[in-house]
Amino acid sequence: MLKVVHYINQFFANIGGEEMAHVPAEVREGIVGPGLAFQQAFGEEAEIVATIVCGDSYFNENMDEAKKIIIEMVKKYNPDIFIAGPAFNAGRYGVACGTIAQAVKDELNIPVLTGMYIENPGADMFKNSLYIVSTKNSAAGMRDAVKKMAPLALKLAKGEKIGSSAEEGYMPNGTRVNFFEKERGSKRAVKMLLNKLKDKEFVTEFPMPDFDRVAPNPAVKDVTKAKIALVTSGGIVPKGNPDHIESSSASKYGKYDIEGVMDLTEETYQTAHGGYDPVYANEDPDRVLPVDVLREFEKEGKIGSLHRYFYTTVGNGTAVKNAKAFAEKFAKELVADGVDAVILTST
Amino acid sequence: MKLELGYVFIKDIQFAEVSKVENGTLYVNRDEVKALILEDQNFKSADVELARPGESIRIMPVKDVIEPRVKVEGPGGIFPGTINKVETVGSGKTNVLKGAAVVTTGKIVGFQEGIIDMTGPGAEYTPFSKLNNLVLVCEPVDGLKQHEHEKALRFAGYKVAVYLGELARALTPDEVHTYETPTLVEGIKLYPELPRVAYVCMLQSQGLMHDTYVYGVDAKQIVPTLIYPTEVMDGAIASGNCVSACDKNTTYHHLNNPVIYDLFDEHGKTLNFVGVIITNENVYLADKERSSNWSSKLAEYLGVDGVVVSEEGFGNPDTDLIMNCKKIEAKGIKTVLITDEYAGRDGTSQSLADADVKADAVVTGGNANMVIDLPAMDKVIGYPEVADIIAGGFDGSLHADGSITAELQVITGATNEMGFNKLSAR
Repeated sequence: MLKVVHYINQFFANIGGEEMAHVPAEVREGIVGPGLAFQQAFGEEAEIVATIVCGDSYFNENMDEAKKIIIEMVKKYNPDIFIAGPAFNAGRYGVACGTIAQAVKDELNIPVLTGMYIENPGADMFKNSLYIVSTKNSAAGMRDAVKKMAPLALKLAKGEKIGSSAEEGYMPNGTRVNFFEKERGSKRAVKMLLNKLKDKEFVTEFPMPDFDRVAPNPAVKDVTKAKIALVTSGGIVPKGNPDHIESSSASKYGKYDIEGVMDLTEETYQTAHGGYDPVYANEDPDRVLPVDVLREFEKEGKIGSLHRYFYTTVGNGTAVKNAKAFAEKFAKELVADGVDAVILTST
Repeated sequence: MKLELGYVFIKDIQFAEVSKVENGTLYVNRDEVKALILEDQNFKSADVELARPGESIRIMPVKDVIEPRVKVEGPGGIFPGTINKVETVGSGKTNVLKGAAVVTTGKIVGFQEGIIDMTGPGAEYTPFSKLNNLVLVCEPVDGLKQHEHEKALRFAGYKVAVYLGELARALTPDEVHTYETPTLVEGIKLYPELPRVAYVCMLQSQGLMHDTYVYGVDAKQIVPTLIYPTEVMDGAIASGNCVSACDKNTTYHHLNNPVIYDLFDEHGKTLNFVGVIITNENVYLADKERSSNWSSKLAEYLGVDGVVVSEEGFGNPDTDLIMNCKKIEAKGIKTVLITDEYAGRDGTSQSLADADVKADAVVTGGNANMVIDLPAMDKVIGYPEVADIIAGGFDGSLHADGSITAELQVITGATNEMGFNKLSAR
């Protein structure tokens, strides 16, 4: 049988309200308060072996110490899952649940689960790093919360695959997970539009992120003295694509030496990019990575020099996160190599 | 404009001496189909194969999927402006071989074609695993450039689909569905209480073989315009695409555009489906501005209260999607967008290449970067070795035993942005 350790505050342990929030952490064998509902939901699959009770003020005012003590308590039972709360809309309780669940997860490497109302400050703090089940805003929602939390807790305890937030009931955590809906997308779109038209509530399937916009740098003061590097997401690589950069969704970039290369030709270079008809890029790769023109400019003194290496990847379907990581890495090299400006070509 | 669509249900496909449809089986004379393909001198050889639902068959690389249809009554023929004369279609009667499809294959670009598995986990992600497919394997003559190869294969697909569609001309359909769009004025009189809704259908037109054709015109060269929904059912819009397989709209998708059918389902009940605005996804900023100006202007001109906007492709077209959304919302018209996501293999990256607060109602077809394992099949129609280089594949995608590990992106139609599937993400 799976072992569960449950964390609750003084209120749910029936010790008292705000006036008793100062009580320090204590551990009790077995079930206390809302643990009963969880135990019923678990049936024969799991057992709450211990309940840790801690006052909200005590936890929040003595966070480091409280964490240390509670971690020791949890460790003793070596549970398969640690459940905190649910905290509903109680702010300090929510923060305590999130904080202690995070600590147990990080320090003991035990699966953890908590639950709270979406506007609880603990939700914003921890929803991207923990599974937090979205609950109603008061303890009246206990039954509903346990109904969602108990099956998810069992899955986590067993190390099973966790589905999407919509299926499992946890708060969207920034990790997009695929699943099959009951209706096709077009039907869902028509329904969503009807709700939007009637000013009824609707839930977007993809909340728009805060978009990362980059302000351009000021112009280069004297380009005739500047060392210029070429960087492209157009996929130009030495013939044969020696590093096997993917045609889409690139997981890597290439850095290639062009010392002495005056012109990119069909025989020596090609594109690895899978997002466009490659005929014209392959006929003359300078069309995407203009080495020939920059060599002329270099000779004529229109630019200082062309950097010895170019950096290349495929932009097609490549995760922004990957692209950002590539650039963070090679931008440092460019700076270290004394490059003054970069010509960034796409397709 | 009124169209009766007659569905002749196809439950099996077989080769036979005489091409015909009998008791739900589509019989195909293989040699006649081959001869039809080889009319085009761009092909040096052609083969035709069958792939039925549940068979251990992998088809790759897939270019297009086409549903056989035939115009029984009314002006024009299927695919007007391409292989039939450029009559205005969309009225009269059309028969459909429902449950059958023509699948065109070939190494055109090598990167931009997809996979259809007829069984196993991959089959769950593509609608085409449920169809009785006639698969065309056409070998181009040496030295044929990719864009010429694309065009030849596109026409081969249409020709064979029309050839099969003809078999349904004299048949009595198993089911008949009637779709009618009144004129704007009549519609307002008929349903004065209902919200007026249009559909903004974005057509892939980035160029370099990311093309769509409207009555034979390359959609790059259109300004956004209006089209009756039933015209689309008769093949007024056809795919000429070589782009990531998961979210390109095949010709089959256009013929069966689910937004159109689902809006018709509600037409006269909860909404008044006014019509379809088609727009494009060109790569130049001026084109993007012009087209989104026009799509929003046409929505305003139609006097609609709301629109569904569907995207095709990803990345660059995300900017068109957001421009359409912003400008249409700015006219006081409510929008719902259908897109898919490229959130990285671990699902934690930014999903779209553009975003706006006005895009507050979005339906997603799922994360195309999700990695999937496709077990080996008994038979592969086509070339399994492209698994490592197609969009969504990576070095080592194809394993020695014939199984494939790749992103969902490789599966034809997996994250379709017309909302054809049930796949979604959160």
